[in-house]
Formats: sequence, structure tokens, C-alpha cells
Amino acid sequence: MATEHQTIEHHDEIDHDHPSDGRYIQIALILGVITAVEVMTYVVDFGALMVPSLVIMMIAKFGIVAAYFMHLKFDSNLFTRVFVSGILLAIGVYVAFLTSLHIFSS
Amino acid sequence: MTTTAEHTSAAHPTEAHHTSTGLSNEKLAMWIFLGSECLLFGGLISTFLLYREVDPLRGPSVESLYDIPFTSVSSFVLLMSSLTMVLAVAAIKRGDQRNTRVWLMTTALLGASFVGGQVYEFTVFYREGLGYTTNLQGSAFYTLTGFHGVHVSLGIVMLLSLVVLSLRGRMGTERAETVEIVGLYWHFVDVVWIVIFTVVYLITP
Repeated sequence: MATEHQTIEHHDEIDHDHPSDGRYIQIALILGVITAVEVMTYVVDFGALMVPSLVIMMIAKFGIVAAYFMHLKFDSNLFTRVFVSGILLAIGVYVAFLTSLHIFSS
Repeated sequence: MTTTAEHTSAAHPTEAHHTSTGLSNEKLAMWIFLGSECLLFGGLISTFLLYREVDPLRGPSVESLYDIPFTSVSSFVLLMSSLTMVLAVAAIKRGDQRNTRVWLMTTALLGASFVGGQVYEFTVFYREGLGYTTNLQGSAFYTLTGFHGVHVSLGIVMLLSLVVLSLRGRMGTERAETVEIVGLYWHFVDVVWIVIFTVVYLITP
């Protein structure tokens, strides 16, 4: 019983580790829909909401690809920490860079 | 327990790593490389954001030349190549050699279509009077998107190399991690384009 129980648990773990092909296709469809909405902002005037909505959709797409396609959701947290550190370092350095250039140029 | 262990071995042929972290060193190295690549692309995107504010003294501005519907299709193609890449990784983990090759080739073809679209875009921009040294905007734009295009092209070379290895019978299930690592690079190129497409093309001053 114990072995059977462990085997069933392990099957769940495997399914959790590796989403099925169908699941990947569903994720790609979601990404496609978000891209279509992004492109709509070019045609339809979203007014003041345009930039915030585009940024939110960009972050959502980035997160979905990193989490599911790059398997960060299922892999070791160390990989996530390494990648996020790079992103945060880049954002910090270049926000400081752009801000300082704007300050000193005016 | 034996059954479970055998199943583990078959499903995760490459996941037993005798390293100090218990993780694959190659995979960790790829993640560190991708983290450093964030700085490279961060620099290029920041430079573009800085210079697009500057009035072009000569030639047209970059924004006036954008063809958003065309670039949207290119973006969609690259996004879908991430799907085919992840399907290739899933196929090799199942030991399905034929589908691994099919998905790797499809990914390479989608990537090549994207690069072809970029070459077409550059050609149109050049004919409209925006060369690499025409103005600061143009230089920053060509450098940013050109660097990205080079990354996609290198990814295509890696994908085709995997296909050749597979055809020679040197891509068994034990090499699944190699495909996964190339996949990580490919998905990174995709996420960078997600940022470029929004920040450079869709959010314009």
C-alpha cells in the first residue's frame, strides 16, 4: 500500500514537474491573446491607461514564459534567484543611469 | 519502492546531479549567463530610450518608420517558437526522437522567419533614409534590435546543431538537459523581445 501510495504521489509530482503538451499549447494561446490585446492598443485609443496596461501585459507575458516555458515555477529556487538578481541589477543600474543623465542634462 | 525508483530514473534521466548544490552545473551556468545578459540588453534598451528623446538632426525618426502590424506578426512568430521549443524539450524527455527533431526544426524555421522579418525591416528603414549613422536614434535602434537578431541567429545555429546530432543518433534521452539548456537560451531571447516590442515599438513618445 505504502509503495502504491508513494508511486501515485510520484506520478502527481511528475505531472507537476512537466506540464503536458496540451497545457503548453493553452499557455501559448494565453500569450497570443495578450499579444493581440497589446497590438489593439495601437489601433484603439486607451488614453492614459495605454502605457500602464502595456507594461502590465509585458510583465505578464515575461512572467508566464519564464515560469512555464523556462520551468522556473517547477525548478530550484536558486535559478529564479539568479535570474531575478540579474533583472533587478539591470533595472537598478539603468534607472539610476537614465535618471542621472536626465538630471544632469537639464 | 523499486518501481518508483525505476520510474524516477526513466522520467528524470538527467536530474540526479552529484554537485555541491545538487543542481546541474551546466544549467546553473546558463542561468548565470542569462542573468548577465539582462545587463547587456538593459544597457542597450536604456541607450535607445535615452537617444529616442533626442531630435534627429538628420533623416527620419525611428518612430515614423515603424510598421506595427508587420512587427506584431514577427513578435507572434517568435512567441510561438517558444511553444515549439518547449514541445521539443518535452519530446526528448519522453524519448521521442522524431518529434524532438520536428519541433527543433520548426523552432529554427520560426526563428529564421523572425530574423528574415528583421532584415526586411532594416532594408525598408534604410531605403527610407535611416542608416546606421544617420542619427542617434537610428544607431541605438539598429544596435539594440541587431544585437537581438544576432542572438536569435546564434540560437538557430544551436537548434540546427541539435537536429544534426539527433540525426546522427547522438541525442538520446540522456542529452535531454542539453536540449533544455538551449531551450532556456531560446526562451530568454523571446522574453527580451517581449520587452523590446512593448518598450521600443508600442510605447512611443
